[in-house]
Amino acid sequence: MKMSAASLRIAAFVLLVAFVSAPQLFAFVFEPLTENGAPAIYNQGSLLSLTLAHLRTVFGAVVASTIVAVLLGIFVTRPAGMEFLPLSRSIVNIGQTFPPVAVLAVAVPIVGFGEAPTLIALFLYGLLPIFENTLSGLTQVPPLVLDAAKGMGMSPRQRLLGVELPLALPVILAGIRLSAIINLGTATIGSTVAAKGLGEVIIAGLQSNNVAFILQGGLVVALLAALLHDGLMTLERTIASRLGRSM
Amino acid sequence: MERDTNARATRFLVTTSSARASVPGASPFRLGVSFDRLGSVIALLAGISVFVLPFVTYRANRIVSGEPRLLLHALPTTVAVAVMGAVVAVALVAVFIRWPTVRLTAAALGLVVVVPAVGLSAGFMTPTGNNFARISPASGFWLLTLALGLLVADSLTRLRFGPWARLGALVIAAVAVAILLVSGAWHNLSLLKEYATRADSFWREADQHIFLSLGSVAAAAAVGLPLGVLCHRVRAVRGPTLQVLNIVQTIPSIALFGMLMVPLGFLAANVPAAAAIGIRGIGAAPAFVALFLYALLPIVANTVVGLDQVPANVVDAARGMGMSRRQRLTQVKIPLALPIILTGIRIVLVQNLGLATVAALIGGGGFGTFVFQGVGQTAMDLVLLGAIPTVALSFAAAVILDAVIDLAGRVRK
Repeated sequence: MKMSAASLRIAAFVLLVAFVSAPQLFAFVFEPLTENGAPAIYNQGSLLSLTLAHLRTVFGAVVASTIVAVLLGIFVTRPAGMEFLPLSRSIVNIGQTFPPVAVLAVAVPIVGFGEAPTLIALFLYGLLPIFENTLSGLTQVPPLVLDAAKGMGMSPRQRLLGVELPLALPVILAGIRLSAIINLGTATIGSTVAAKGLGEVIIAGLQSNNVAFILQGGLVVALLAALLHDGLMTLERTIASRLGRSM
Repeated sequence: MERDTNARATRFLVTTSSARASVPGASPFRLGVSFDRLGSVIALLAGISVFVLPFVTYRANRIVSGEPRLLLHALPTTVAVAVMGAVVAVALVAVFIRWPTVRLTAAALGLVVVVPAVGLSAGFMTPTGNNFARISPASGFWLLTLALGLLVADSLTRLRFGPWARLGALVIAAVAVAILLVSGAWHNLSLLKEYATRADSFWREADQHIFLSLGSVAAAAAVGLPLGVLCHRVRAVRGPTLQVLNIVQTIPSIALFGMLMVPLGFLAANVPAAAAIGIRGIGAAPAFVALFLYALLPIVANTVVGLDQVPANVVDAARGMGMSRRQRLTQVKIPLALPIILTGIRIVLVQNLGLATVAALIGGGGFGTFVFQGVGQTAMDLVLLGAIPTVALSFAAAVILDAVIDLAGRVRK
């Protein structure tokens, strides 16, 4: 079972790399889907560079939201920021009702077309899961553990860095994973405002009524999401077992 | 008295240990006279937005770029000063008064002053008889609304209203917005001018949006609940079902919409009955099916988790009472699992209300039509005409379902 799952992962990865670097090899798969001799493989740019641009956008947004969300999460769980905790919780809840398309569209008149509105939308949308998980991770640290740490003479900073954050790490990582997976899909919508990414392929397909393009773009994103999900899960498990806890 | 209320509320809300709350001198509630930190931030935001940032933007027509106007120049001087006075009063309440009820009232009154004021300003600044000039709220107005909204949200959180009170608050807010829109106070704002030129299509797209999102969630609940029960009972079905639904979730929305055009187009071309009920390769049908598919996973997964979490001894007791398998399911397990199942439905409802905007890309209609038209024309007002109702709908759906979940959880006790 374990073995087959691992080989499936490797196969998916190899397939993905082969497809984005040499898509013409797979033309025969997509040919039946085209009409009137339309191209079977996306021909207005290299799939590889689009995939890399897509990943770069998502990665940039996730790194930014991780930094901001974790710092905010730490701030509102310290005595100094405690007053902001209830409000930040409700903001997280309210923020989740904003559809990404709306955020993207509102950002365009402010920052113009291109990558910038996509990055802003992904950043804002990615904040919420990470912030929420940071909060629950930090507030779920058992009081007894904290008392013990205090009894050992640890300063608040030592308790945070040495006890609270490591204990909350698996939950925070789960938030980062969620945010990355959501962003991978949402980034495709960024192409409606001229950001480079795999959404371009899908939108080109929608505009020229070419299902082969839509399928290519969609499948590459889905494969990326599955691999990323898997990879991050493995990372979480490794870290959790290092911490001596089972997930 | 007020300090006491606040401290109690905080102690209840903050789920951290007593160990941290008792750090000496760390709690601001112990001090005699103190600034409320959150209130100070809100007061700062309000001050910046009233005195520094532009309140409205004036544009000679729909397309040209605008010129910003400060609050003082956007209204007759006396009115402008009155608005400033009101905002300063709210800011003072936010800084010095801790009693949530007072803060809530002050913030609500502030909104009642500021929101119509921006409409008034539009009337004041539009030259008489000029139909081309566009006045839209600018950063100052938005930031001020945000600051007041934060104060409302914070007071509501601290008051910890029960489900009925929250629903009541939602109704009051909805009535206030309706009065604002019907009274004509905002009629000179560019947002409502955009609406006025497309009132018919606005309500058509609104219907379509609600049909797509609510309809798909209803269909997903009708299929997902039995499927969840099946997954709960038959282990062999569970793994594969959840795995397939998981994969569906990873397909980006626009791609799934696009991919569904193929089978549905084929169906429409070859099965006359399908075409007769409105199934087409483009338009609402693929959007509906895609939203349905996205909604399935959370509903099925939460049903399974909810049913699994029902304590075994409760089920045993029901069996001991002579309940049949069906009775145990409908009278014991489902009522106990209801809050978790409803949470799944809340997630997908909010998600689909947002995702339905993407349907516009494949001709499926909905509020996304205005959003994407607005993006195409770089007309911010048009974008907002699509975005604001979407956010309002999602927000209302979230509040209503949260209240229902609370009520369902209460019945259980």
